[in-house]
Order: sequence, then C-alpha cells, then structure tokens
Amino acid sequence: MAEQISIFIENKEGRLAEVTAILRDAGVNIRALSLADTTDFGVLRLIVNENEKATTALREQGFTVGKTRVLAVEVNDEPGGLNQVLDPLSEQGVNVEYMYAFANPQCKNAIMIFRFDDLEKAKIILAEQGIKVVDKDEISNL
Amino acid sequence: MPIYDIDYETMPREGLEAIQLRRLQTTIERIYATIPFYKETYDKAGVKPSDIKSLDDLRRLPFTTKQDLRDNYPYRMFAVPMEQVIRIHASSGTTGKPTVVGYTKRDISTWADLMARSMAAAGATAGDIIHNAWGYGLFTGGLGAHYGAERLGASVIPVSGGNTKRQITIMQDFKPTILCGTPSYILHLAEVADEMGVNFKDLSFKSGIFGAEPWTERMRTELEAKLNLKAVDIYGLSEVMGPGVSVECVEEQKGLHIAEDHFIVEIVDPDTLEPVPPGDSGELVFTTITKEAFPVIRYRTKDVTSLNPVPCTCGRTHMRMNKPTGRTDDMLIIRGVNVFPSQIESVLMESREVAPHYQLLVDRVDNLDILTVKVEIDEASFSDDIKGLQAMEGKISHNIKEHLGVSAKVALVEPKTIERSQGKAVRVIDNRQF
Repeated sequence: MAEQISIFIENKEGRLAEVTAILRDAGVNIRALSLADTTDFGVLRLIVNENEKATTALREQGFTVGKTRVLAVEVNDEPGGLNQVLDPLSEQGVNVEYMYAFANPQCKNAIMIFRFDDLEKAKIILAEQGIKVVDKDEISNL
Repeated sequence: MPIYDIDYETMPREGLEAIQLRRLQTTIERIYATIPFYKETYDKAGVKPSDIKSLDDLRRLPFTTKQDLRDNYPYRMFAVPMEQVIRIHASSGTTGKPTVVGYTKRDISTWADLMARSMAAAGATAGDIIHNAWGYGLFTGGLGAHYGAERLGASVIPVSGGNTKRQITIMQDFKPTILCGTPSYILHLAEVADEMGVNFKDLSFKSGIFGAEPWTERMRTELEAKLNLKAVDIYGLSEVMGPGVSVECVEEQKGLHIAEDHFIVEIVDPDTLEPVPPGDSGELVFTTITKEAFPVIRYRTKDVTSLNPVPCTCGRTHMRMNKPTGRTDDMLIIRGVNVFPSQIESVLMESREVAPHYQLLVDRVDNLDILTVKVEIDEASFSDDIKGLQAMEGKISHNIKEHLGVSAKVALVEPKTIERSQGKAVRVIDNRQF
C-alpha cells in the first residue's frame, strides 16, 4: 500500500511551481505526480519519498493537503503489460478512479499508481494474480 | 403630459405641508393606540402623540429599522385586525425572516392610485397597453404595477418575469406601448430580441418604467438606445408600500418625484442620524401618513441618495429624490433579489457543517448580475476526488438557489487566499458600476 498526498491548487499562473519549490526547499523528492483540473482549480496528486516532511512543509505555506491510500503496482514493461493488471480487475467489477505512471530507476518494470473504487478488493485480486504491489517503505527507499 | 392627480401632485408647498401634518398626527395617534412597539418606544423616548404639533416634531420620534420589523414578525406591526387586511406581501427574506407587510382595501386603492400616477408620469394614458414584466407574487412589483395600470384604465399584459422569448413574441403581436420591468432583465430581454432578429424600433413602445434595482444614467442611455423608448426610474419598497413611492417624469427624467401627500421624506446622516442639508447625500427615511394596515414611522431604508427641492418644469410640486447610489448596509441587490452576505454564510454552514471563509463577487456580464461565491477549501472538506469537489460546489450552489432564490456560481479557492482585513471581513466585492 502506498500513500499519496493531494494538494488543492487554484488555476493560477505559477502556483504549481510554488508547490514544487516548497518541496525542493524541504529536500523532498517527487517520485510521481498527476494533476487533475477543472476550470477553477486542480488537485495535484503526488508520490514523494517523505510524506510527513512534504505535508508539513506544504501546510506551513498554507496549502490544503490530503492523504489518500493508493496502490503502486509493478507492470511488466512489454506489450500487454498493463492489460495483465487491468483485465482481472475489470472482470471482477473493480473500477479505476485514476492512474498515473511512476519513475523507477531501479527496476526494469514500470510502476503505476492506481486509485480504485474498491481498494481492498483490488488488493486481493492483484495478489491472486501474483502482481506485485510496492509498499510505502519501498517507495521511500527507491 | 397629463398629470394623473393634478390637485395633489401640483399642490403648493404650504397646502401640502398642512395636509402632511394633519395626516401625520392622525397616524401617530392611531399607531400609538394599536401597535405596542410604537407605544413602548415613544413612551421610552418621552414623546406623546399630542406633542407632534409641527412637521419638525417628527424628528422627536425614534427611527424604525428593519430589525424592528423583524422583531415583530409576522403581524405585530399591523395597525388593524386581520379581518381588515386584504393583501399580504413580503420582502425577500433577508437574514432568515422576511418582512411581512399588509394592506387594507383602502391601502390597495391608495397604492393603485400612486402607481397610476407613476405610469401617467411616464407618459401612459388609458389608451396604452402595458407590458408588465415585473414578477407577480409576494414581491410588490408585479401586482403593484398591475393594479396601477388598471386604475389608469390602461390595458395590462400580466406577463411577469421569465419566458424571455415568449415575451418578445407577445411584444411583436400584442403591440404593448409601455414596458415595466427590472432594468437588468429588460436589457437581457433586449439582447435576446437581438439574437432573435427582432428590432425594438419595429415594436410599439414609447416608455419604459424600470425599477426594483439601482440603475445608472449610463444604463438609461443604453436602454433608450437599444429599446427605442423613454426610460424612467421608479422607486419603492414593500415596507413603505411598493413601487410608486417616487417616480421620474418623462418630461425631465431627472430625479424621482416623491408622493409627498402620502410619504414624508427625510435624509439623515447614517452615522449620526442627524438631518443633512438639502442636496447632500445620506440615508433615505420615510414616514407613511396614509397607510392603514402597515404604517411605518421614520423607516430607515438604508438607501443612500439626496433630495432635490428645486421645482420641476413638469408642474409637479412634490420634491424629487436623486437615483439611489448605494446602501448603508452590505445588502446586495442581485437581479432584483435582496441578498445579504449573512444569508450566504448560513447556507455555507449548512452545506459544509463548518464556518468557512467566503467572499461574494458581483459582476455585470451582458447586463445580467453574476454572483460568484468564493469559498475557501479546508482539509475537512478536501479530497483528491475532483468529482467530489465539483459536487460540493454544485450542492452549495443548489442550496443558495433554494434558500435565496438567486443563482450563484460557487468557486472553491485555496485557504487564506480571501483577503483578511482588520476586524470585519470584506465579504462583498461589487464590480458593477452604478
């Protein structure tokens, strides 16, 4: 199980750069990110090496930070690799809320971050399929 | 232009003041005997009805405020038993409770007379067809104008608000000659007409009577150019009576003649509550001197304007008030609906179960008032789910519409981005130009 931090950002020029600068100054490394937005605001979703440090630094600067449990899944780096993960889930009615990719220099497989509508069920299915789920500590130590 | 009630509307000052004093004395005696609120406040101030010997003595009486009316909700400010009340109207319901006002048969008749006067001042005669786009309902605009039009003997089309395209078809087919409505809605209507390829120059309007919200000289120029008619301003409020308290004459279009044989007007400094010199700006205060069911004495309207005592070339001797320029409180008028920031606050509390930081932004886009409610997000209501956040905006917007009757766009903003001022928060940014 991995933990994602989410940050509320208004759609204003330079706002994203401010967030990343805060993390830089706190010595936090960003592993993966995705930005979902509407016309007025966006939600920045981040996987970082040190969640607490990142959260504290961002909150100090007045940002709203949330935490979400997500799954970091190893995906075989070959054609059809993603389908090996998605097919068994969709067959059993688990829906992907969102997903984004993970930069992983130490592994030849890709890592994808998933938020599922039914996290527990997804975990069981992935375990049954022998698909590796990377945990929080592993992410921090990557 | 003919004057509807020539005896009263052109009465010399001296005669008018004599009538005002007599009517004021009668009113004070009556409310002292029938409305406990007035008896208590006058006893406390040490003034007896018999002390009112001149018009200047009116100043010895305490003011009446919106809060006083609220404290006596719903019927305790009525001076007659309910058997004599034949109509009830209400203000929009500001911080919770609306203000309920009642009318006797004679009050309705007086109001019809004053609206007939107003329409005549705008150039209407018995031969005219009046397109009444003010809303019918608890709001006084629709029915007030309706009865006035009938009293004048004109034909009235009770079209009310909304259904803009249908209104335009009616204008083409029925050929109304006088248009009544709120100025922002009328400008919107003009734009829809334009989109439909309907030119107001091909319609039959000669005058438009616009009111229920503040509008500027610039808007008059625009209305007159777009609609090919003479635009006059009308003023009123339900607490005092409804539309027809004052109106511009079509000859001058410069200041609104106050029906001084029915209302005594004062302008006071909103802070000191002392009278201001003629011509200076201050808060408009009205005393009704002919109303039976719901008289108000020195009612503070919160509208800011000034009086013009210079006689008008139209022949009417009643004093004119200039177009109101603002409000002494923070009430907003959005498309004719009164909106208080505190109402928005209570909706937000209800929608989110937390006391939020918020700000109201008002813009005028394409001649319509656009209300945006900025709400700061907090960690309790934040989630990484965009759909959830949008649903929250939608829910708040829905609740505002439900409670206040106005549409508002809700925009979530980052915490602490709404400017904190020292002490009281700046709740309203009004970008409209009045």
